Amino acid sequence: MALTPKDYQQMSQEASPPSNTLKNATMAFLFGGGFCALGQSLLELLLARGMERDEASALVSLSLILLSVLLTALGLYDRVARVAGAGTLVPITGFANAMSSSAIEFRSEGLILGLGAKMFSIAGPVLVYGISAAALYGVIYYFIL
Amino acid sequence: MAVRQGGTLLLSGEPVIRSFAAVGSKMEQEGPLGSSFDLISQDSAFGQDSWEKAEAAMQKKALDLALQKASLSPGEVEVLFAGDLLNQCISSTYGLRDLNIPFLGVYGACSTMAESLTLAALFVEGGFASLAGAVTSSHFCSAERQFRFPLEYGSQRPPSAQWTATASGAVVVGWQGDGPRIRAVTPGRIRDLGITDVNNMGAAMAPAAADTIARFFQDTGAAPEDFDLVVTGDLAQVGSQLLLQLLQREGILLGGRHRDCGLLLYDRRRQQVDSGGSGCGCSASVLCASLLPQLQEGSLQNILFVATGALMSPTAVQQGESIPSIAHLLWLAAGTEGRK
Repeated sequence: MALTPKDYQQMSQEASPPSNTLKNATMAFLFGGGFCALGQSLLELLLARGMERDEASALVSLSLILLSVLLTALGLYDRVARVAGAGTLVPITGFANAMSSSAIEFRSEGLILGLGAKMFSIAGPVLVYGISAAALYGVIYYFIL
Repeated sequence: MAVRQGGTLLLSGEPVIRSFAAVGSKMEQEGPLGSSFDLISQDSAFGQDSWEKAEAAMQKKALDLALQKASLSPGEVEVLFAGDLLNQCISSTYGLRDLNIPFLGVYGACSTMAESLTLAALFVEGGFASLAGAVTSSHFCSAERQFRFPLEYGSQRPPSAQWTATASGAVVVGWQGDGPRIRAVTPGRIRDLGITDVNNMGAAMAPAAADTIARFFQDTGAAPEDFDLVVTGDLAQVGSQLLLQLLQREGILLGGRHRDCGLLLYDRRRQQVDSGGSGCGCSASVLCASLLPQLQEGSLQNILFVATGALMSPTAVQQGESIPSIAHLLWLAAGTEGRK
């Protein structure tokens, strides 16, 4: 009897080991939480030193971005991410890594068409849909209130 | 002259593998076959300033070494079949451009070694060349940037994903010599059973390998027991399991004879390669670093080498297409030197 694609997909699913969801979720929680705790500690420190909340928040974001870019440039971020998964992807560090890793990777095709254009190859959709969603919520917010 | 039996061509002249060489990098050195490579470059950039140039340099190195080992000059090779994974096969065209050998580029994804070696063997068998070359390569870094993400991008791989080998293999086929023989070839048919997951290439390619192997046994009347090993290209753990299941459905039991280059090249327990190795360089380097030397010395007498390829592109996959696959088979036998 000939094997149908549907049967084969069933076979293939059974043969493919599933991702270890419990381990991945735990690691994501620990690493993601770790990044956030680091940010929060920095914020508290800056506030305690008398900085305004607005300025302190911006400085915390910038510091985390800097940390992420540094780890990316040193070739460490992807190693951490292999274990941390969503824990390194979701916080602002993930966005910084997406931009900087693309910039490093496509530098070999030049500053304009390589680095400049392809820097957004992963982060681009986040920007497009993130900003679109913000605009949409803005409109909804305007009409409701 | 070759005799056709169904889809299989029996090569009565039995073209001889005159020489071969395998080049790899760090991950390949750390694998079980590390010490068998002709050259290992600790620098995965091979002294170049881009990954594409690195792969091209690696491919040239493999061919240079294969020629050197048999004291041949490039001018003696009458035709060269080569290809790789990169768009427009630039590792082959740029890597081999200075050699002045008539060049026929081929693309068979990770099955390229079997495809180019089949063509080289047929050219020699048919009398169209007295010396023909087959070369291919893959590079983890150039493949990642073309097919997946930037190297430094933090992402997690599913356990069914495979690791593209940074390796190259080159084989020179001719008439004379006491090296391993090519006794038959079975060109593969494109198979597609609807797998769309690019992180599960083994599953996509297993039906192609099963189809080619089953057709070979049917065409020739041979049985798995007639061979020491049946070696597939890069099905890795998941695909290998599926291959055995698919063949079992056809009544073919490979028993303990099945090996897969994706599982031979790396040690899955020690190295983070998930399901196993892949890429043109995977089957090419395992062939040149392990299988051909064993055929030459006689520790293997008859094997089937079945390199597998997933014939997809990122564009087609993004358009929702499934992954068509192919597997080409070669029957390789020990040469006069190692024949029992």
